[in-house]
Amino acid sequence: MEFLLNPWPWYVSGPLIALVMAMLLYFGKTFGMSSNLRTMCAMGGAGKFSGFFKYNWKDSIWNLIVVLGAIIGGFIAVQFLSNDSITALNPDTISELTALGFDNSGKTLVPNELFSFEVISSTKGLAILIIGGLLVGFGTRYAGGCTSGHAITGLSSLQRPSLIAVIGFFLGGLIMTNFILPLIF
Amino acid sequence: MKYLKFLIVGIFFGIVLVKSEAVSWYRIYEMFRFQSFHMYGIIGTAIASGILFLQISKRSKVKSIKGADIFVPKKEKGFTRYIIGGLIFGLGWALIGVCPGPMYILLGTGVYSMLIVIAAALVGTFIYGLLKNKLPH
Repeated sequence: MEFLLNPWPWYVSGPLIALVMAMLLYFGKTFGMSSNLRTMCAMGGAGKFSGFFKYNWKDSIWNLIVVLGAIIGGFIAVQFLSNDSITALNPDTISELTALGFDNSGKTLVPNELFSFEVISSTKGLAILIIGGLLVGFGTRYAGGCTSGHAITGLSSLQRPSLIAVIGFFLGGLIMTNFILPLIF
Repeated sequence: MKYLKFLIVGIFFGIVLVKSEAVSWYRIYEMFRFQSFHMYGIIGTAIASGILFLQISKRSKVKSIKGADIFVPKKEKGFTRYIIGGLIFGLGWALIGVCPGPMYILLGTGVYSMLIVIAAALVGTFIYGLLKNKLPH
């Protein structure tokens, strides 16, 4: 059982993510998590403001059920399928992050320096989460998909638009991590 | 009952993304600093397995439970929306370490401040809906 409780290696995890895509295709659906944001906007009445949200969102309820499952899956994974092993990060990553002011790198899934209640009660901490969320929500819809829709599904089906989007993801990520994060912290 | 299978797929997805550490902010940072193969290994083997699955299902004519061919809808042709939208998403992904799947999964692991991220992502999507016709695609 120990192999289940330890972090799973990449060569097990990657094919299992493809299995999620395969199961959804087998059920006649497509793997794309960012669509849920549009669905929730449509449910909340955003169709009154933009035609982009005027569609039959009831056809997308299945995807919200996937979201509900994902929340439960996250709970199960940490409550029942984890031991106290920590993320085996590169020592260089840890020392860099320490220099930026991040302690205990890898001991949790997300840094307290970004997500603790203490940090988000500060203007800066709250602003970071809001700006990050806005960029993700706006960017994925503009690009027509996120990591699941473009990187996994789009590239698996050899689509050029998805390759362009994934190049965009990486450009943005490289700029943020290498040039902007050091200015923020 | 017709939704039960989607609940199970979601639970499986959530477990895989936590156990693979793909929901870890640190792993995303490490990836964009080229300091680990881990995330590249996950994404690479996911795509390779995905290609294999789609090619096999095309050749063996496997049908979905609805009796239709296994089919991935074609994305619209274009360049601007994909590169700029992708870049904007990438900035957010690397800042807070989450994309639209992990934000829910992490909420389930007990990171309740993720609710702020989810709310902001909804607003971001809403803003896109308002500006859609004015943006280059």
